[in-house]
Parts: sequence; structure tokens; C-alpha cells
Amino acid sequence: MDTFVQQIINGLTLGSIYALVALGYTMVYGILGLINFAHGEVVMIGALTALAVIKPLAGAGLPWPLAVLAGVAAAIAACMALGFVIERVAYRPLRNAPRLAPLITAIGVSMVLQQLAMIIWGRNYHSFPQLLPATPRAIGGAQITDLQIMIVAVAILMMAGLALLVNRTRLGRAMRATAENPQIAGLMGVDANHIVSLTFVIGSALAAVAGVMVSANYGIAHYNMGFILGLKAFTAAVLGGIGNLTGAMLGGILLGLIEALGAGYIGDLTGGFLGSDYQDVFAFFVLIVVLIFRPSGLMGEKVSERA
Amino acid sequence: MKLNSLALSISSALMLISCSKEAPPPPSVTAAPPPLVVKLGHAAPLTGPQAHLGKDNENGARLAIADANARKPRIGGRDVVFELLSEDDQADPKQGTLVAQKFVDAKVNGVIGHLNSGTTIPASKIYADAGLPQISPSATNPQYTLQGFKTAFRVMANDVQQGRVLGDYAAKQLKAGTVAIIDDKTAYGEGLAKEFKKAAEADGVRIVAEEHTDDKAVDFAAILTKVKSKKPDLLFYGGMDAQAGPMAAQMKKLGLKSKFLMGDGGCTVEFAKLAGDAAEGHYCSLPGVPLDKMPGGVAFRDHYKAMFNTDIQLYAPYVYDAVMVMIDAMKRADSVEPAKYRAELPKTAYAGVTSMISFDEKGDIKDGAVTLYQFRGGIKEPLETIGASPTAAVPAPAAAPAKPAEKK
Repeated sequence: MDTFVQQIINGLTLGSIYALVALGYTMVYGILGLINFAHGEVVMIGALTALAVIKPLAGAGLPWPLAVLAGVAAAIAACMALGFVIERVAYRPLRNAPRLAPLITAIGVSMVLQQLAMIIWGRNYHSFPQLLPATPRAIGGAQITDLQIMIVAVAILMMAGLALLVNRTRLGRAMRATAENPQIAGLMGVDANHIVSLTFVIGSALAAVAGVMVSANYGIAHYNMGFILGLKAFTAAVLGGIGNLTGAMLGGILLGLIEALGAGYIGDLTGGFLGSDYQDVFAFFVLIVVLIFRPSGLMGEKVSERA
Repeated sequence: MKLNSLALSISSALMLISCSKEAPPPPSVTAAPPPLVVKLGHAAPLTGPQAHLGKDNENGARLAIADANARKPRIGGRDVVFELLSEDDQADPKQGTLVAQKFVDAKVNGVIGHLNSGTTIPASKIYADAGLPQISPSATNPQYTLQGFKTAFRVMANDVQQGRVLGDYAAKQLKAGTVAIIDDKTAYGEGLAKEFKKAAEADGVRIVAEEHTDDKAVDFAAILTKVKSKKPDLLFYGGMDAQAGPMAAQMKKLGLKSKFLMGDGGCTVEFAKLAGDAAEGHYCSLPGVPLDKMPGGVAFRDHYKAMFNTDIQLYAPYVYDAVMVMIDAMKRADSVEPAKYRAELPKTAYAGVTSMISFDEKGDIKDGAVTLYQFRGGIKEPLETIGASPTAAVPAPAAAPAKPAEKK
């Protein structure tokens, strides 16, 4: 039983990480109908920037929480700037191009960022400092660390914050209007370019926070870390219904749970015929089943033929 | 989902980027007739999760070539200058065969590589068909030399030897009655885990769980939780340091207190760095003897540090020896033609940095030793060397690097 509780905790942590990253995908998709494949790389840049700031500051004798705060702030600033530049350089010129073109520039940006990070930070793995004490707390026989609790909490807070922003503020209304029809929104006095830029900047800030959390949780940062994470988060976004914020959250948590329970129990359920190496297969199988019955994802609304 | 074609296009573009990066060193102008340029191919992952190990291998090869050229070699009555053609195989078997074909097309005179078993084995077929000698510094999967290719050699003990040592050590020295095994599904990781299992079971150890991950994963909480529920005395991991480090850290977080044992892929300083204090007390093995005990180990370490201003990761001394063994065979054959010097390779008796190198009939190194280490205070301390031949008695001068750190 405690093994089962532990697997649920594992799944929730992993799922919250996916959800944090998936929010960025889904925001951009919701407004532009574009899959920003460079988002995983923004997460990576966030993690490495934070690391580059935290290490020397902590080394210079600055109190630990202050160094971490400075690191997170620097990561957010760097990623916001990066998000702004990416949109300006790679996506805006192609706003009215066929849908395949911005997809290709997205992949291009992703590669450029990876190589750039490799040049700046090198090929070595960087160990990421523990932000919170790693001593596990025991809950009913299962182990959970403070950082894991924080990851889940931050993910929920961020989603709630985003939902508030989109549904309750003037900016949010402008975003929804732009998502629905940029031309008409423009006629109503919404500056679509401004809104799109803001979307990227906000999404990138989320990515920076996600990057710091991921690296702190696994104690590792590397120029290549964003790729698989981005792919998984994208899957989560699709599972939940891409374009839908609650869906991204739900999809992320579900994907995390499926992976953890899949890895933990496939072997026992199939009598050792299939092992934990099938955890990804299992996750994608669930995705396919969901998409067969709900083509726009779990929470996805029926979108008219714009996206 | 278009993920496959996406990954493919990304990887091919990455290759384009990484190919054109390093210009070959300019040939030295010495004699009146231009020296004969001898190209040696080197393949290792220079991008992706194992890039740090691949770069280390490449540095080993660069160092060897610089040293060899400094001796102003003459082969077949001509001055020769060796040149390194370094390619990125991304630790990907598909990419490995593309790189191999590229070497064949570029008419290199020999190949040093690849780093991983997963790339070395498929590539070895291409080299064998082209009659191109290949020395792998670090591929340890037994399959590599079991294919009957006359061109395939390696300078490191294979996983049959290493797995047996690890299995015996787990059963006898670490007194593990129950063992869980995790591997990364690569030719290396799975192969080593298989040999370990064979040896451990022969010693009466009970295998309570066999789990799998992959060589890009960072989250092992789910499989570790499952392992924990089986309460093994020891957890064996067949895979590389980038996974082993976070895995050890997550073991600690989950309160899994089994002993942790790995093969050479995890036996790096990187592992200790990534695992942090969770590395304490864990065990790993490396083929060969500790660097300090290698005939030319200490001199090599200083030489490497002076040239690249960074520490050796793992396989650099083996790569260095692999290059030197190949050049040695060319000298004895007095020819750089693959068809001619290939016949000399099986007769190798070369006093290298790592040990005395000679090959058995399959192309495996003879008397490959395996050393066990334990991590204490963030560094790996050698415990004991098993299967070592008395190679330390070889004359050291031949192994000493030619340029004693002139850059300092």
C-alpha cells in the first residue's frame, strides 16, 4: 500500500513538472495556433541562467535564500527577454505564412538555443544546488520532500494565476479576443502584436520557473535537458486539450501518474511479460485512446477551423 | 505524431552544425617533399547527454596525434603527418553508421571509435566491408568482437569480463543475497546487466527485480519505488553517469538504502558531482587499472591537463593508446595502407599508458583487468584490481608522452 501511495506522489511530482511546462505550450497555441517547439529550450535556458547566478552569489557569501531569489529573478528576466526576441525574430515575420513555416522556424530556434547553450555552458552536466533540504518526510510509509510539495503547490498557484489573468483582467479579455479573431480584435482597438508579445513573455517567465524547479528536483542541469521535457509537456498539453489552460494542468498530472503507475505496475500486471521499459508506450497508448474518443483532448472545446 | 521525422531532422541538422566546427591542424613544414597526410577517423557523441564523455575521447585522440606528429614519423620512406577527422555520432546507432560511411568515403586510413557499444557494433560492419581497421577505446559489449571481423579491435576489457567481476563482487565481497537490476536498454547497459546477472545468479544471488529506463531519462522515482518494495540488498545499474547520478540522489530521497553498484559508464567524477552526498559509499568498476597505477598514468594526466586545461573524464587514456597502437602497427608494416598494416595489428605488443596491449584472436585485449572503486567524500577510491596481469613491469619510457607539457 505504501508503495502505491509513493507511486502516486512520484506521479504527482512528475506530472506537476509536465504541467508547468505544458502551460507555456498551451498559452501560445491558444492564441496563435502555433506549437512553440522552442519552449523546452527556454526552460533549459532558465535553469542554466539561474545556476550561473546562484553559484557565484552563494560562493561570495550571500545568504542562501537571497542567492536563490536572485537566481530565479535573473532566470525570469532572461527568459522573458528571450521569449520576446524569439517571437519577434522567428514567428512574427511568418504570422500569415502557411502553418508549416512557423513550425519549422520553431524547430530551428530550438536547435539554435541548444547549440548556443552548449557553447556557453559546455557539454558537461551541472549539478544544481538543493534549494530546500532534501530530507524526505514520511507520509504513511511514503517519502516526500519539501521541494516536491513546493513543485505541486507552485504548479497549482501558477495555473490559478493564469486562469485569473485570462478570465478576469482586461489583458485577459484582449488575449481571448485575439485568440478568437485577431483582425476583429484589432478593429476593436486591441493591439494584436502587443498581446502576442505579452503571451510569449508570460509563457517564458513560467518556463523559467519550471526550469529552476526541474533542475532543483533532479539536481541536474544540462544543455540538452529541454528537449525530452518539452516533448513530454507537449504530449501532456495535447492530452489535456491544447489551448486549454486547465487541460494542460490536467494532462500534465495525468501523464505523470500514468508514467509512474505504468512503470510501477505493468510488470506485475502482465506477469513480467512487459517491463518498465514500456512506460512510454503505455503513456502514448493512453494518449491515442483519448484522441480517438476526444480528438481535441480531454478538456479541449470544439474549435472552429482556425487552428 | 511526426515526432520521428522531427527528431531525424533535428539530428541531421545538428550533425551539420557540429561537423564544420574544428579545422584540422596545419601540417608542419619540414622536408622539401610535402609530408604524406594520414587521416584517422574518430567517432564519439559530441552532442547530447554523453557529449562530455565524447569530448574527452576526442581530446585523448588529439593528444595522441599531437604526440605522434611531434616525433616526426617516417613511414614507407616518407615523412607522414597524422590528421584527426572527428565526427559526432550522437551515441545513436543510426548516426553511427552514417559517420562510418562518411569515414569510408573520406578514405581515412583507420578509425578510432566509437565510444558506445550501440554505435560501435553496427558501424563495425561498414568498416569490415571496407577493410578499414577499427580500434574502439571503450565499447565493451562482447558482441563487437564476436562477429568475426578481421578489422575490429578494442583496448578495454569487455563486459563478459567486467560483468563477471561485478557479479562475483556483489555476491562475495558485498554479501548481497537479493539484487535488483536496472539498465538503460542500450547495447552497453543491457549487455553489462545481462553478464552481471549471469555471474550473480551463478553465485546464488536472487534477482528480485529487473527494471529498465533509457539513456535520456532523469526521473527514476517510479522504478526505484518498485525496487524499494522488493527490498534488495543491492541495486545494480547498467548505464551511464548522467542517469546514475540522479538515480543515486533519488534513491536517497525515496529512502531506498540498498548498496548501489555500477559498471564503467557510471564510474566518473561526474557521477559523484550529480549525486552529491548521495554518492557516498556506492561502488563502481572500471576495466583496466587505476590511472595512478597505469604505467604512464600520472604523466598522462598532467600532460592532458596542460594541453586542454580540464580533467580527464573517463576514457581518454584508452583513446590515446588506441591511436598509438594503430600508428605502431603502421610503423611495423611500414605502410599506412589499411590492407597492409591491418595484418600487423593482431601482432601488437605495445606498452601503452593504460597497460601492455596485445590482442587475442578475436581482437579483444589480452588479460583485461577490472578494478573496483568506492565513492568516498566525492572521489572514487580504488578497492581492488581483479584479473590484472603483471603488466606494471613493462618498460615505462615507451609510454611516457613525447611532449612533456611544454605549454606550461
